[in-house]
Amino acid sequence: MYIDIQGLTKKFKRGEQTLMVLDNISLTINQGEFICLLGPSGCGKTTLLNILAGFENASEGSVLIDGEVVSTPTSRYVTIFQNYGLLPWRNVRHNVELGLEGKKISKSKRKEIAEKYICLVGLDKFANSNPAQLSGGMQQRVAIARALAVSPDIIFMDEPFGALDAMTRMKMQDEILEIKRSQNKTIIFVTHDIDEAVYLADRIIVFSPNPGRIKEIIQVQLKFPRDRNGYDFIRIRDKVFSLFDIH
Amino acid sequence: MKYIHSIKRIFISGTLFIALWQIICWTTDFNPSLLPGPVRVWYALIQMFGEGNILNDIQDSMYRFAIGYLLAALSAIILGLTLGWFKEIFAYINPIVQLLRPISPIAWMPFIVLLFGIGDVPAIVIIFISAFFPILLSTISAVGNVDKMYLKVADNFDIKQPYVLTKIIFPATFPQIANGLHIALGSSWIFLVAGEMVGSQTGLGYLIIDARNNLRTDILLATIIIIGVIGLFLDTLISQFEKQIYTRWGYEREGKK
Ligand SMILES: Nc1ncnc2c1ncn2[C@@H]1O[C@H](COP(=O)(O)OP(=O)(O)OP(=O)(O)O)[C@@H](O)[C@H]1O
Ligand SMILES: [Mg+2]
Repeated sequence: MYIDIQGLTKKFKRGEQTLMVLDNISLTINQGEFICLLGPSGCGKTTLLNILAGFENASEGSVLIDGEVVSTPTSRYVTIFQNYGLLPWRNVRHNVELGLEGKKISKSKRKEIAEKYICLVGLDKFANSNPAQLSGGMQQRVAIARALAVSPDIIFMDEPFGALDAMTRMKMQDEILEIKRSQNKTIIFVTHDIDEAVYLADRIIVFSPNPGRIKEIIQVQLKFPRDRNGYDFIRIRDKVFSLFDIH
Repeated sequence: MKYIHSIKRIFISGTLFIALWQIICWTTDFNPSLLPGPVRVWYALIQMFGEGNILNDIQDSMYRFAIGYLLAALSAIILGLTLGWFKEIFAYINPIVQLLRPISPIAWMPFIVLLFGIGDVPAIVIIFISAFFPILLSTISAVGNVDKMYLKVADNFDIKQPYVLTKIIFPATFPQIANGLHIALGSSWIFLVAGEMVGSQTGLGYLIIDARNNLRTDILLATIIIIGVIGLFLDTLISQFEKQIYTRWGYEREGKK
């Protein structure tokens, strides 16, 4: 078991009241798995991701990653945010180098690593551009390159393609699958989009809200690349839809 | 195209202003030596630049201005970043700041002259005081407004202090600091003249007093125009700087102006 979540509960204080956001979540995740967290708005997906990444503490229960208790963020597990989290005052290259600056790596080596991952996401021509000059999809690619540059074991992604148009989104989905395959990362991916989850995930964790609980875990045993219109794809998709009472 | 348009507008409004001024001179019966017309002021300007003394005065004023303003910017930004980050300390200092801020820098003038005498220092101190507070307060509030996501990113990539301050907070706050620098530039230029009227023997502010003492209203008006033009020039410079920052930081996209 690579990521081991046991009896995880999260409560927020709101004035006098306490709000239970996550209720007794237990889940184990294997190395190299692609996990999608799926559920309606407010069911605590972001909160769960924040706890796994060390940005917030659990109220009860425990999270172990690779046998260690998660307490603070580290560059071994990198989060990619929906609004990309790029530093607008740095160009693409320097954004990608950000995570390398704290490590004992020479300047030239840093540049080399940054270039490698900028190429990997296909932005070699834009290494000197500023984030503001790039489209949303390109900015998301920079964020991915920046994450990969520190060689993390796990990548957390919170609705990373939520702000992209449908076409860019599908292209990014293929790219992230390719990256996952070639770099062999564990990816925890939050999404609202059922099709996206079925297209990407090895397992889909479906949440129900108020308080956030795991409603069902769906294994998606389809080969890659998946056919978005294939019979099995639609069957699994329909199964997820029915979990949300949508048909 | 835009450039030509704005030149056209400047030209038209300048012409209208001078025309209005001339009409007032013609239609009222103020003594021309009390209310000089555009032509007299023009000759005064030519005389001032011809003799060249005005250049020394401009130079003196600019020197004082640069020193006072840059010192204020440097100290207010450093202090602002620190106080913005250590909010608990600022909570104790804030009452003093709020007490001092509304006091016109001019009110300190007698003190400053008593302590430092006549010369460069009084004007520099006045400029410093008038620039310091706007920059300090905009820096502090900017630190409070830093997008929490940047801090999360810094955390995630193992960036520790003091690098969080230098690599994240300072650049993230820079657009708002630039705005503070802009405001401070305007107000300290205003107070330069006041500072030099009391505490100096040279400079544009002193020229005003000198012209009054000699009843040379033409030189007085000419000096006023010079002060205005330099102020406008400085403001344009810093506006350009600010605009570049905004573009770079992605507040405005390039090409769209
Ligand atoms: N810091 C906080 N303080 C108080 N309440 C919070 C905090 N963070 C989240 N919440 C609450 O916890 C609940 C779950 O929030 P969360 O952001 O995890 O949901 P989500 O599943 O990610 O939703 P969405 O799909 O809209 O992003 C919400 O009701 C939210 O208001
Ligand atoms: Mg969320």
